[in-house]
Formats: sequence, structure tokens, C-alpha cells
Amino acid sequence: MNELIKLSVLEMRDGLLTGNFSSVDLAKAHLEEIKATNSTYNSFLTVTEELALSQAAAADVKLSLQKSNSPILTGIPVAIKDQLVTEGVKTTCASKILKGFIPPYNCTAVKKLLDDGAVIVGKTNQDEFAMGSSSENSAFGVVRNPWDIESVPGGSSSGSAVAVAAGQAPLSLGTDTGGSIRQPASFTGIVGVKPTYGRVSRYGAVAFASSLDQIGPFGRCVEDAALCLRAIAGKDKRDSTSMEVPVHDYLHEIKKFDGHLKGLRIGLPKEYFIPGMDKEVEDSIRQSLKTYEKLGAEIVEISLPHTEYAIAVYYIVACAEASSNLARYDGVRYGYRYPEAQTLSEMYEKSRSLGFGAEVKRRIILGTYVLSAGYYDAYYKKAQQVRTLVINDFKAAFVNNCDVIATPVSPTTAFKIGEKTADPLQMYLGDVFTVPCSLAGLPGVSIPCGLDSKNLPIGLQLIGKPFSENALLKVAYSFGKETKFDTSKVIGRRF
Amino acid sequence: MKDFEAVIGLEVHVQLATHSKIFAVSSTKSGAEPNTFTDPVTLALPGCLPVLNKRVLDFAIKLGLATNCKIMRESILARKHYHYPDLPKGYQISQYDKPICLAGHVNVRVGGDVKRIGLTRIHLEEDAGKSVHLDAAPISLVDLNRAGVPLVEIVSEPDIRNAEEAGAYMRQLRQIVRYLDICDGNMEEGSLRCDANVSVRKIGATEFGTKVEIKNLNSFRYVEKAIDYEIERQIGVITSGGTIVQETRLWDDVSGETRSMRSKEYADDYRYFPDPDLLPLIVDDDWIDNVRKTLPELPEQAYRRFTNTYKLDPYIVELLTEEKLVSSYFDQAVSLHNNPTSIANWITTELFGRLNKEGTNLTECPVSPENLAQLVKLIDDGTISGKIAKTVFDEMFETGGSPAHIVETKGLRQVSDSGLIREAINAVITANPEQVQSYKSGKTKVFGFFVGQVMKDTQGKVNPTLLNELLKKTLDS
Repeated sequence: MNELIKLSVLEMRDGLLTGNFSSVDLAKAHLEEIKATNSTYNSFLTVTEELALSQAAAADVKLSLQKSNSPILTGIPVAIKDQLVTEGVKTTCASKILKGFIPPYNCTAVKKLLDDGAVIVGKTNQDEFAMGSSSENSAFGVVRNPWDIESVPGGSSSGSAVAVAAGQAPLSLGTDTGGSIRQPASFTGIVGVKPTYGRVSRYGAVAFASSLDQIGPFGRCVEDAALCLRAIAGKDKRDSTSMEVPVHDYLHEIKKFDGHLKGLRIGLPKEYFIPGMDKEVEDSIRQSLKTYEKLGAEIVEISLPHTEYAIAVYYIVACAEASSNLARYDGVRYGYRYPEAQTLSEMYEKSRSLGFGAEVKRRIILGTYVLSAGYYDAYYKKAQQVRTLVINDFKAAFVNNCDVIATPVSPTTAFKIGEKTADPLQMYLGDVFTVPCSLAGLPGVSIPCGLDSKNLPIGLQLIGKPFSENALLKVAYSFGKETKFDTSKVIGRRF
Repeated sequence: MKDFEAVIGLEVHVQLATHSKIFAVSSTKSGAEPNTFTDPVTLALPGCLPVLNKRVLDFAIKLGLATNCKIMRESILARKHYHYPDLPKGYQISQYDKPICLAGHVNVRVGGDVKRIGLTRIHLEEDAGKSVHLDAAPISLVDLNRAGVPLVEIVSEPDIRNAEEAGAYMRQLRQIVRYLDICDGNMEEGSLRCDANVSVRKIGATEFGTKVEIKNLNSFRYVEKAIDYEIERQIGVITSGGTIVQETRLWDDVSGETRSMRSKEYADDYRYFPDPDLLPLIVDDDWIDNVRKTLPELPEQAYRRFTNTYKLDPYIVELLTEEKLVSSYFDQAVSLHNNPTSIANWITTELFGRLNKEGTNLTECPVSPENLAQLVKLIDDGTISGKIAKTVFDEMFETGGSPAHIVETKGLRQVSDSGLIREAINAVITANPEQVQSYKSGKTKVFGFFVGQVMKDTQGKVNPTLLNELLKKTLDS
């Protein structure tokens, strides 16, 4: 193992600027680590070695010319979830239906990273079309958690989380629809940021549920994730739902933290401490709040009364949108086509039946049902109405009671591979703490806050007001300053 | 037959003449190599998102204002789902319960009367691509050049009662979209498409009969013929004891019949829902006012003005207001020389005749309105005769030159000098003593002969009134 892979992004930046090592050295160190560990973790679907080395060489030239004027991510390796399209690099969303698909264009977020000189080391494994919470829905095999390779790393951005946790890349991009960044970040002991809906362009993020999907970064510390978020955020004319809101220099802002959070009110929603939740998780969250109290924050109990409906609302809305978004995979223009079809309908039927995995089909069927004539009002329309109630819960809490909301990310820590696959409903219920924030389009950050007795990471979720990433990241950062979480335990592990 | 009346509503698709597609950057031009006007959004590549072309909304608002619609301050783009290879996303972006325009009307002239036909709504949508089914090969081909071309659909109220009204309504819509310059109105090329919903009922009945939708009506003539056929067919079915089945029928111009389309293989459930990739369309008063300012005089207004101000014959007004290009041409000419009747005649006979003959139209006309006005002025002030004017006009059409210049250089100025005319008359009389004799003996018909001879000798330049007068005087003396 090369020690370079343990560095934070800022440390890498220092090394690059002082000339202690080059971008090519960094790329090689990470590519080496991927080679050594990918057979264990299965976190990468595609490793773009050649591309990475040429990008790194170009970054070295840029660094030598522009030095500290170069963008801060110049020469920094990043891993990209396979849900994001990459020009000339195959993009499958971990689905057989897109096997062999090579996009002719780049996702806006990816393009922004490339424009900043970042080096793409590969495309990461995930649940098929971002549908799942464990990576067990990948058509290309399950991803393993570096803390315990018999356990899942969470999902759906499983590979991107593991890549960062295990030192295969210091940064990665994921997508979060109902928790797909925050939950794997929590399960692998790293930082994951789901930005406000509209903060990051969705152009080039293969759509699962358009009104919920957001791209966000993973990092091993809040500073790293903040750097990456700044690079990808901003209005994009190609995405009508991206918003014209100023993007701050998050790193600069969070560094203003002076050791005090005086005046900050952190809301603790009573509905988020439910029966059946892991006692160790609950204890860890409550312990974390003590840390915040020590920093001067005030902890207030709040109520988000419609929380119990959030899972149902989420699965109706997300599946409805998914059933529509996935209609384009018909075997006509790209991707998998059943070769033996005699009729058009047989071509559709077989291409889609054989191309999609079980969970994707389950959601397409569910989504088709809730949009059907005669059921629309009872399901989809009703769900949208309840969604408004969920949004109003948050609005009321932020107006009346608190500045930030703290909750667990997941009721449990990482579970064993295969433990929940037989019961999809049980799997869905695992999203109970991340889904309401998604429905409301709010920013949510997952930060590691402890380990359970099985030595598995526990995550704390911080939820902020719309477009309050600045303040939210500062609160997240302040916690890390107090209780430095040691990820070096898993970086460079060999099995 | 006499006991029945037809109830007809039309759904008209208008292809909007924007440069780029409704949600993508590709060109909307037709006639290119298949699949060349495509891009990631048009191809529905994974990860692509639609972004609305604002011009489309401007055009729709323009049409809504021109057809007396209520422009909705908030409207929603919705997804309409069905699978077909020329529909790349597996859904068409359209509008469902919140369209951009509601509750309008147009006034249509039918046989001297004016009939108001209500519009239920106008909504935005994108066109699909084109499927080509090869007879020989077991495959079909798809061309996505047309996919994403902007359309508006105009849905009428069931106010139409016969084929003539339907045809007049279609022509009126075509005229309006062409005046507004939002569509080229070419039915053969599909820029304007029509589906007709036709039912019949006993006169006096309050309930509608079962309706049949007729597709494939790509000319005014087809619209009229298909409706006539369908009305007769439905009455025939009912009077012979049958019932009408709600179905979609295709017009077949070869057989002159409508025939039942095979039923679709999927259920007719489009699962509409608001497109989450597109924000609600919010239109404020300023926006609408700005569009209103760009509205030209509409055909109905031009018709009224030409009839009232210029007292022109309705048939001539019809011709002059058919297209904005013609009415503006007329207006321009009349503004330069105030003889609307004569200018109207020149436009509708000589100019149209010549344009037709050359297979061209007013956009490429070599005769400018200024020159036409000047020509009529030259006639009116006696500089040239009406007969000579036709020669001058031909020259104008050939060369694009001004009539004054042509008259000067060719020496076509009318001769009104009595002395010169007398000289010409005397020459003819001297040369034709027999004809003079027969005139004097009472065969006054030969008068025409003398006129012709004088005209011939003077290349037609002699003022005909003066010639008549002087010739008569000379012969009768």
C-alpha cells in the first residue's frame, strides 16, 4: 500500500504544490490500490487507468504552470458512480439493459470536475439504476464493506462510498434519491452530502426519480466533501430544475468555525427515535448531541408529525417517476435488445424482461400501477398531497424551532449480505430517516459519529434549510473537529 | 337523411416554425438525411433533460390571443406514455389538465354567413419521429429528425355541423397561423394536421351520438370528403337499425372511404402526470402584453377593413386577405396611389395570373407594390392606355423595372395630341377609300376597322377616347 492514499484532499493539494509528489504519482497510487482490492470489494465496474494517467499528466503540466492558481482539485483522483454518464467511458447504471453503452457526452457534474483538472479513476458499482440500499441489486455483483466484507456497504451509491472509505479514491460522486449517498456514507464511516434539490445539475445523471435525484460528493472528511461540492454546484442551463443560487466557497466558510456554535439550535425530531431501532445507534446519536451542546449549541426537541407516511409517499412518487423515466430502455436505440424477437411487442417485452433486474421491475410495475387510470388519484395524487405535508413539517420546524435538524442516518449499522434480500419491505423501511429530507428537497449531510460493538460505523444526519449547505457543512465540520473519526483503520486493508 | 344532423369537432395539430426543437437544440428543418437533426435529448439518451424553447410559448400565446382564448397564467407540461419506436423517451411531453390556452373561438364565413366555432383549448406538445415500414424486409426504420419538433394542438368545441363548415374552419385556422407567421400551413407536408370527431343524431336530440375519430386528413379536400362520407355512413348504419361503434377510422382517398383502424395492441391508458423535469409555465401580464404587441392585423380584421373602407367585392376581398403577404402588398400599393378597385383588379387578375403561370408566388415577385401603384397611376392620369399598360406590366414582370422608365425608354407614352391623331386618321382614310365608302353607306361596323388601323400604325399609343371622338367626327363629316 502506498501511503499517499491515506491523505486528505488538502494534504494532496499541498504535496502537489510543494512538488513532494505528482498527480501521476497520486493516480498510480490509487490505481494500484484499486487493482489490489477491487476483487475483494467489487466497488468499481470500470477502471479508467489509461484515461486517468493521461489526465494526471495533463494536471501535472497545469500545476507546474499555474501552481496555486490552478483549481484546487487539479490532479486529485475521483471515482464516479456509474449512474453518471461519462463521455467515451461505458456507463451501465449496473444494469444489463445498458451493458456496453458508451455515452457521447459528459454529465455536467463530471464535466465540472474535469474542467477543474480532477482525474477520473473509474466508474463505481451500485444498485441497478440507483434502486436499493445495499448494492445487492447490482447486475454485476454485490459491493463489500471494507469494515466487514460480509456486510453490505449500503446503497445505492455503494461503490463510490467504498472507494473513498477504502482509499481507492479520496473523493467520489454519488447520487441520492432517498438516501443513496447518506446511508452508504454512514455504513462505511465517511462523509456524504446530499445537496438541496436544484443545487447540482442533474444533466447526465441517469434519471431514477426526477423530483428527488441529486448528485453529491463523498469524502473522508467534511473539508474534502465541501471542496468537491463547490466544484459541482451551480445553475446549469441544461437542467431547468437547477437553481440560480450563489455557490459559496464552502471550505473557506467552514474554516471560519471558531470552536463555538453559540446560538445554534439543533432540532431533534421525536419521530426519529422509533421502536425497532438499534439501541447502539440511538445512544451514539444522543452522545453526539452532547458534543454539540459542549460547543454551545442548544438541543431542542421538535416534531415532524408526518414522518410515518414518508416511506409510503416516497415509494409511490419515486416508483411512478421511475416507471416513466425507464420507459426509454426499449431496445430500439441503444443498450440491450432481445435478438430473437419476431414482433415489436415481443422485442419490448423480452428486452425489458431480460434487461432489467428484479427490483427495477418491481418498481416499474408499482409505478405503472399508481399512475394508471382509476388509481392515480388514490395513490400518486394523494402521495403528492402528503408530500406537501412532509415539506410543511420541515418548514414549520425551521421557522419556529431550529436551524438544523439532527437524526440518525439509518436505524441500523451495516447489515449482512443477504440478510434483507428476501423482504423488500424491510429493506425499504431502512430508508425511514433519509427519505423525508429527500421528499422536502432539503440538504442532508451524513457524518460518522461512532462505532458499534461490532466495530461498524454509525452515521449522524444533519438536515438544513434549502440551500443552506454553507451553514450545514460548518455544523458538520465542527463535530469532526471535536471527535476526529479514524478512517485509517480500513484504508489499505487487505483480505 | 333530413332527420339527422352531424356534430363535428376537429383536433388540429399545428407545427410551429421555430428554428430549434421544443426541448432540444437540433434544427426543425425537414428533408434532411434521416437522424441527422438529432442530439442526446432528441435521442433520449440516458441522463438527458428537456429544456423548453421559449419561442414555442410565445407562439402559442400569439395563437391563443388571435383566437380569443384565455391565456393561462400557469400551465403544466405533462408526460403521456406509450411505447412506439419513433417515440424515443417512451412518453410524449404534452399538456393535460392545465393547457396554455382555454376557451377561445374563431369566426368562420360559410356561404355568406358568419359562424362562431368555439375552441376548447390549445396545448403544447412535441412531435414524434417517423417510422418507415419496409415491405420487403422484416424490419422497420426510424427517423428521429421530426422528434421534438414543436406542435400546438387546437381542440374545437363540437360546434361544426357539416363538411363545408369544417373546411372553412380549417382554412380559417391556416390563414390565422400564416398571418401570425408561426406555421407555414403546409398540409401536404404535415405542418397542419387534422383529426375529426364525427357523430350524428336526430335533429332536436340533446344527447350526442357515439363519436368516431377520423385520422389521416392531410388536405382540406380530404377533411371535407371524409366528413361527408362518414356522416352518410353513420346515418346509413343507424337507419338500417345498427349502432355506431366508438372507434378510430382512417380516411382512404383512393377508395373514397373511411375504414376502421386495427385496434391498438395496448390499452389506451396514457398515465399522464406532470413532468418533473420541467417547471410549471408561469406567464405574467407583461409577457402576454409584449406578445400582444407583436400581433399583426388578423385576416378577419383585414376582411372587414377591405370591405368597409374600400368597398371591394367580397370575392376580391377574399382573395386579397387570403394571405398577409397579399393584403400588405395591396395596402402598400393603395397607400401610394388611391385607386383600390383598380389596384385590386391588377393584383387579382394580371399579377396572380402571371405568378401562377410562372409557378411562383408573391415572395419572389419581381413587381414591387410601388411599381404596381405607379402603373395604375400612369393609366389614371392618361399617360398610357389600359392596353399599353399590359405590355408595360409584362416588361415589369420580366425585368423588375419601373413602369415610368419602361414607358419612357420604349416610347409607349399615350398620344393625346389631336393634330397627331388627325394626321394618323387622315393617312388611314386616304389609304382605304372602299372602307370609307361602305361606312358612308351605313355599314358603321367598319368603324372598328379604322380604330384598329390607327392603333396599328401608332403601335397602340393613341389615346383611345380621343381617337374615337376624332375618327367619328372625320368620318361623319
